[in-house]
Amino acid sequence: MTPLSFDAVMAVLAIPVVAAGGLALLPGYRIPARLNVVAAFLTFLASSSLFIARPEPGTYFLVDDLNIVFIVLTTFVGFTTSAFSASYIAHELDTGRLTPMYLRFYHAMYQVLMFAMNLALIANNVGLMWVAIELATLTTVLMVGIYRTHEALEAAWKYFILGSVGIALALLGTILFYVAAQPVVGPGLDAMAWTILIEEVAAFDPALLNLAFVFLLLGYGTKVGLAPLHAWLPDAHAEGPTPISAVLSGLLLNVALYAVLRFKMLLAANADALAPGPLMVTMGLSSLIFAAFMLYRRRDIKRMFAYSSIEHMGIITFAFGMGGPLANFAGLLHMTMHSLTKSAIFFAVGHIAQVKGTQRLSEIRGLTETHPVLGWGLVLGVMAIAGLPPLGIFMSEFLVVSSTFAREPLLAIPLVAGLLVGFGALLLRLNGIAFGEPHGGTGPAQASYVPMFTHLALALVAGVYLPPPLVTWFLHVAALLG
Amino acid sequence: MHDLAFDIAHLLTGSLVLVSFMLLYQGRMFSLLNVFALHAFVLSLSVAWQALVQGAPHLYVTAALALVFKAIVIPVALHRIVRRLGIHQTLEIVAGIGPTMLAGMGLVALSIVVMLPVTVGVDTLAREDLAFALSVVLLGLLMMVTRRNAVSQVIGFMSLENGLVLAATGAKGMPLVVEISIAFSILIAFIVIGIFLFRIRERFDTVDVHALDRFRGERL
Repeated sequence: MTPLSFDAVMAVLAIPVVAAGGLALLPGYRIPARLNVVAAFLTFLASSSLFIARPEPGTYFLVDDLNIVFIVLTTFVGFTTSAFSASYIAHELDTGRLTPMYLRFYHAMYQVLMFAMNLALIANNVGLMWVAIELATLTTVLMVGIYRTHEALEAAWKYFILGSVGIALALLGTILFYVAAQPVVGPGLDAMAWTILIEEVAAFDPALLNLAFVFLLLGYGTKVGLAPLHAWLPDAHAEGPTPISAVLSGLLLNVALYAVLRFKMLLAANADALAPGPLMVTMGLSSLIFAAFMLYRRRDIKRMFAYSSIEHMGIITFAFGMGGPLANFAGLLHMTMHSLTKSAIFFAVGHIAQVKGTQRLSEIRGLTETHPVLGWGLVLGVMAIAGLPPLGIFMSEFLVVSSTFAREPLLAIPLVAGLLVGFGALLLRLNGIAFGEPHGGTGPAQASYVPMFTHLALALVAGVYLPPPLVTWFLHVAALLG
Repeated sequence: MHDLAFDIAHLLTGSLVLVSFMLLYQGRMFSLLNVFALHAFVLSLSVAWQALVQGAPHLYVTAALALVFKAIVIPVALHRIVRRLGIHQTLEIVAGIGPTMLAGMGLVALSIVVMLPVTVGVDTLAREDLAFALSVVLLGLLMMVTRRNAVSQVIGFMSLENGLVLAATGAKGMPLVVEISIAFSILIAFIVIGIFLFRIRERFDTVDVHALDRFRGERL
């Protein structure tokens, strides 16, 4: 372990903690908002340096080819979202939706959330990962309820109850996993470390592993937002501050999915345990189809994109459930593209809701006329998320569909049907929002468009041209996932 | 195998399941809080016994945490909140007591049927511990489903969590048990403080499905 690499891991974890402490103490909003951006940027730099100098896995922390993708993506979107948040939050303060005291709390919690997600990704220990995901749940519950309106409290409460039950089931699964590991590995920390579990898992009792995985899938699946455990997700997205919706959709769902993937790898390494794939395929497919139909009935813009997140998490889970190099590659790519695109959409939606003063779809019309930049930004984002070429999601969805056709043609039918239904719903709604007779507020948007267009540009570039090193990297990770 | 240590451990975990059943049918707020305090007390006894039998002193921390925090602090705090906010003292049970108890028995049977066959390789104590723990978890879930009132949902969640602590202590030598139980306690403390600070009184009094629809902002 070289000193440099050790520092990078520590930095990824320590910068958010220090920043959270500082932000909790600083009054005002201009300086804290900037400090938030700076801290997120430093964390991103630290995580990128992990590419160059990879530390050896330790007892508690591990950086390998799989989680580095997640870590860099998380810190990057965390950074851009903090930049969006800085321009978003000033407006919230002006309209009196947030008081300076709550704002301080908000910034501190943002950094705690970053810490929790990084810890969950970097942990080499299933127990530590669980604690981190619990912490992330807790901070997001508090942030969802931060407006303290009746709706926000209701959403936070629902999220808390469902999230805690999910987290509790995941812990039960984790305990069962330990019980399975303990006779082979022996008691102690080793029986919870990834690096050791993956080597020894072949000798574990398969029946116990199966039971553990069912609990883990249900538990972390709740956090991923898979149907039928998704009920918290639309409310939490709709009622919290929009930067939090972006982070929830773009990152926290991924972190929970990462946990599922790790356990899936473990199960796959045990020949006698049940194949985790079909379970994930079923849950993914049902989320996709359910969310695609639900998209038609939405009347709230943030709620609509929350359902779209359920849809896409369904696709990603489906792809990873299918397994094999191509589907895993598609799943990884789709996850990255979805994070970038969906957070870009939420950046746009946040400002749209501010200038229009409402989240009701029926009251947001003709955006391209009143606010051309926001309007066209949203159009581009929705086109990307609906899977139109040449944007990134088209490519990953195409890969998912073609690999499904190649291996399980029967499964491809509901998959394509679900994709088309969701596609129709999004375009239908987009037509109303972006075009037609202008409706609602026409005041200028005090927005920073840089984060939104950065994400969309990345999605566009990825759709047209993926750099060969990235492809090699993803292919390598896809092979690891089995 | 069937020595005194085993029997006492068995007695304590069995009592925990029994107290879970008692939680299911409580119709009054204060008696519910008292029974929950008993639940946490039995848990702390059980964990302390495991600490003694396994020779794992760190488990005493978990036991003390269960005793001080969950058996004393939380019930007292909830007592005060209930009185201060003037929350209704009687609680409704959605499906009625009879069907709920029957469902509870079904869940206990289910967890035994599920857990015992898959844990053949594990030693007997941990094995039955896990089966009981799963019962407590499922009974906690059942309680959360059959109650509409926020305080009883929190109680249901905490009893569920007690089941998890039981499972974690039963798994011999499991690391991070103390950390996990602390993390859970923080979670619960936040929620209880949150209830108090936010004073979501309406939430306690009426939560019927129609009210929920209104909050979702989708009923026009």
